[in-house]
This record gives sequence, structure tokens and C-alpha cells, in this order.
Amino acid sequence: MSPLISITHIVILVIMITAAFLAVVLRDLLSSVIALAAASLLLALEYYLLHAPDVAIAEAGIGAALTMAIYIFAIRATKK
Amino acid sequence: MIGGMSRIVRTMTTLIFGFILVYGFYVIAHGHISPGGGFQGGAIVASAFALLLVTYGTDQIQSYLSKDLLSILESTGLVLFITFAFLGLGATFFYNFVSNSGGLFGSPTTIGVNPGDLNTGGTIALMNMAVGLEVLAALGVIVLTMSVAAETIQKKEKQ
Repeated sequence: MSPLISITHIVILVIMITAAFLAVVLRDLLSSVIALAAASLLLALEYYLLHAPDVAIAEAGIGAALTMAIYIFAIRATKK
Repeated sequence: MIGGMSRIVRTMTTLIFGFILVYGFYVIAHGHISPGGGFQGGAIVASAFALLLVTYGTDQIQSYLSKDLLSILESTGLVLFITFAFLGLGATFFYNFVSNSGGLFGSPTTIGVNPGDLNTGGTIALMNMAVGLEVLAALGVIVLTMSVAAETIQKKEKQ
């Protein structure tokens, strides 16, 4: 594996961990859900870099888009 | 207005919605020669429906997305899939009877490295379309039902 690819992997994983941490820490529920979707989208990018484009498309469709929509519906049913 | 989002989000949704739909159907139609397939393309189309429901709220979208119509589409996809499986029963269950027949999706596959011909694959392409129809309808029903439930609770709390 070339060093450039390794650096890309490490950068993506660090941003993913940051996004997951933000999803736990943020007080606003909508911002928290957006951080969770960002982590999921970066996971899809990581799958693509590891030569699994099939899994990457499924992860981007289900993990990032549909999960985020369902969380937003759940937030709509809560009180501020 | 209950359940809607701001004008910025609504404008972006109207711009982007068609492109997401076309990309989803592209992934379904090219399922047998490129990454993706029925399930992934159906999930992309259903995420376009979810985008509409998140942005505009259920009241405005319910006239376009009917739960009964989506249920019928879901059943149609499943019936088409099992029909293609049983049609190959002259040889075996799931036999690819369309491949190399010369008709739709029936041209012979070229051997070696090539960019890929869409008109190959036989029942694989047809079954991908059946699965795509089933998945987009099923996930659409799930998202629609959840959106209706959430907004019913929201209306009750406002009273």
C-alpha cells in the first residue's frame, strides 16, 4: 500500500472518530444527527477506498440517508 | 406549517430531487455490470422519498406518495422476482433462460477485458429491476408511515 493511501486512511478515520465524538457531545439534537450522518458517510468513503464499492453504496444509502431521515422524524415527535 | 423546513432546504430539495431519482434508477438498471444492484438503487430512490418527507412534511407530500400504491408496487416486485425464478424451471429453479437468446438482455457476453455491454445478463438484469421495485416501495412505505406517526404526535402535543 502506498504511503499516500495510508495517510488518507488515517485522516478519514480521525475525522470519523471526531464526528462520532461530536454526535455524543453536541446538545442540539439536529446537529448531533448530522454529525452521525457525517461519520456514516466517511465510513462509506472508507469502504470505497478498501475496494468494496458495493458495500459503500449500500452504506451511503441506508446508513447516511435513511437513518438520518428516521432520526429527524423521531426528533419531530419530541418536545423541546 | 407543521413538519416543514426552511426555504433554503426546500429550494435545494427541488433542485436535487430529480438527480437522486435518476441516479437510483441508473444503479438499478446497471446492476449486472457495475457495483450496486436492485437493493442499493432502491435504497437510493427511497432516500429521495425520505428527503421529500423531511423537507416538506407529510401534509404536502401525501398526495404524491400513496401508501396503497407503494404496497401494490412492493407486492408486484416480489411476484415478478419469483415468476422469473419459476420460468427457468425447464432446466432448474433460477435458470437463466434469457441469456444468449438474442432478445432483450440476451446478447452473448464478450470474453476478456471490455467496458461492459448493458444488453447482457439475462434474468439477472430483470431480477435486479424486480428487487429494485420491491425495495424502493418497501422503504418508501416505512419512511412514509414513520413520518405520518411523528407528525400525528406533534399535532397532538400542540393542542
